[in-house]
Amino acid sequence: MWMALLLGSIKWLGLIMGFVMPVASLLTWAERRQSAMMQDRLGPNRANIGNVKLWGILHFVADALKMMFKEDFVPARAHRALFTLAPLLAIIPVFIAFAIIPFGPPVYAHHLLETLDPYKVPVGGGEPLQVITVEFGLLFYFAVASIANYGTTLAGWASYNKWALLGGLRASSQMMSYEVAMGLSILGVFLVTGTLEPGKIVEWQGPNPLHWGVCVQPLSFILFFVAAVAETKRAPFDIPEGEPEIVGYFVEYSGLRFGLFFLAEFIEVAFVGALITTVFFGGYHIPGLYQDGFYFADWYVNLPHIVVVVLQVVAWTLKVVFFCWFQLLIRWTLPRLRPDQLMDLGWKKLLPLSMLNVLGTAAVMTWWR
Amino acid sequence: MSAAHDEHAHAAPAHGSGPRVLSVSEKNPKVRTVQVERPPMGIERAFLPAVVKGLAMTAKHFFKNTFRGVVKSNEMQTIEYPDVKPSYPARYRGLHRLMHREDGSVRCVACMMCPTVCPAHCITIHPGERADSNEKYPVVFEIDELRCVVCGLCVEACPCDAIRMDTGVHMHPVQSRGDAVLGKVDLMKLGVQSTAVQGGLDGDWRSQDDADSRSAESAAPAAPR
Repeated sequence: MWMALLLGSIKWLGLIMGFVMPVASLLTWAERRQSAMMQDRLGPNRANIGNVKLWGILHFVADALKMMFKEDFVPARAHRALFTLAPLLAIIPVFIAFAIIPFGPPVYAHHLLETLDPYKVPVGGGEPLQVITVEFGLLFYFAVASIANYGTTLAGWASYNKWALLGGLRASSQMMSYEVAMGLSILGVFLVTGTLEPGKIVEWQGPNPLHWGVCVQPLSFILFFVAAVAETKRAPFDIPEGEPEIVGYFVEYSGLRFGLFFLAEFIEVAFVGALITTVFFGGYHIPGLYQDGFYFADWYVNLPHIVVVVLQVVAWTLKVVFFCWFQLLIRWTLPRLRPDQLMDLGWKKLLPLSMLNVLGTAAVMTWWR
Repeated sequence: MSAAHDEHAHAAPAHGSGPRVLSVSEKNPKVRTVQVERPPMGIERAFLPAVVKGLAMTAKHFFKNTFRGVVKSNEMQTIEYPDVKPSYPARYRGLHRLMHREDGSVRCVACMMCPTVCPAHCITIHPGERADSNEKYPVVFEIDELRCVVCGLCVEACPCDAIRMDTGVHMHPVQSRGDAVLGKVDLMKLGVQSTAVQGGLDGDWRSQDDADSRSAESAAPAAPR
């Protein structure tokens, strides 16, 4: 029992401190550099310690320090407890949601240095590289993401500011609409794989790219991706962030309180990337890499288990980083949607299409299986 | 995603030529309201092809610029100021400087032309008498660089070539407003000896003036650019 807790904590720390926090912090730098590279200009590249510049990567340290040292104020008549609680409600669910993401294959600790024989190792017996493996896996994410909605609404309410309140309501209605679309669009994947648990979804997809979610359920991928980008309030759905044009819900937040909202958004970017790779792009699988080595048409090479595990974890990392890059690309390419266009898209376009997707998938599965 | 597509069904032109006129202004018949002809869009209404094309364009720019050391073409226009400074035109107005006479004293005779013409009232001069000649000289000559609008009128007004704005540098940032008021000593630090002749010149004074300032600049080192 304590062993399970210890292993769970090690996986959790490894995932959060080793991957999520560095990626989210680097995303704040990457956002500015990538947007600059896309716009034919240099981005921020001068933050340095001594002579070490590193293309301006240290800007994320500078950003963090700036946010910590800014004046922290609470508006005079704001509800102090709720004002403090709102950024916490925005950031805590995003961390928790990472618990269901499988970032590597099951590790068989006793067979690390030898090539796995698929007939000898017990099926489902290894230690999965996933913090919790409950059978309602993806529903856990949807449940937890709804709490993030509370953070937004509370921020608008607790600021004691009419326009922040309106902005908060606008943002939370956006998040709510796209939560519905996200849940329905991923039902197609559940129908095909027969399970809600992300580890099993990844195992179902396997190393053959034609079995990956994007090939089996392409419409579901597009709908889910659009809905997930809208849920996290990233462009082109970032009306709540369009501060010069329309007042958002975090006008009264400064310093580290705003820093938590800001960081929550980038962690959500990483999380959406991780979820997309898990459900639609085969998670940690590399095409051709099976449990005991590479197998292409006639050629194969057997690899020790530890090498396979490391390769697959690295593949997962690269896929998540690619989807983060892709989300940044979308942000800096597409113009922002108006709030009415946004609601229109969520309710009148994504929702019927995802229902049609479910119907079509169910029909195909009934008559072709 | 636009509601205007619903009106496309009614957009048959009434006269068979030109856009369909919806109304004509009573005051000026040439001002009309017309129905905008929008091209029929099928699957393009989802904007997905346009989105994909746009993403491809920005991705292309991203890869071209990220690997700009490897790829030969480089479209980046960014100048890494202050390591690299842009080139200024010849008459660029920068920080002021007070020019010297042969004996090192200031050329200014405190005629008060520049504070009179200055639109920002940033020049303060307290005149005093020179010991050796009949001319005045400025005991106090201060320019509040924060108020200066860099118009160059003081340079145009000065009859003595005492003040110039050709240093090509900008005022350095200050920590408090008082530090931006430059006094005579600071303004003279950038200045060099000027051999412009005061008083009247003959008809071709322009070419004479250029020759003088060219020889003055080649004699004394120019201000740091």
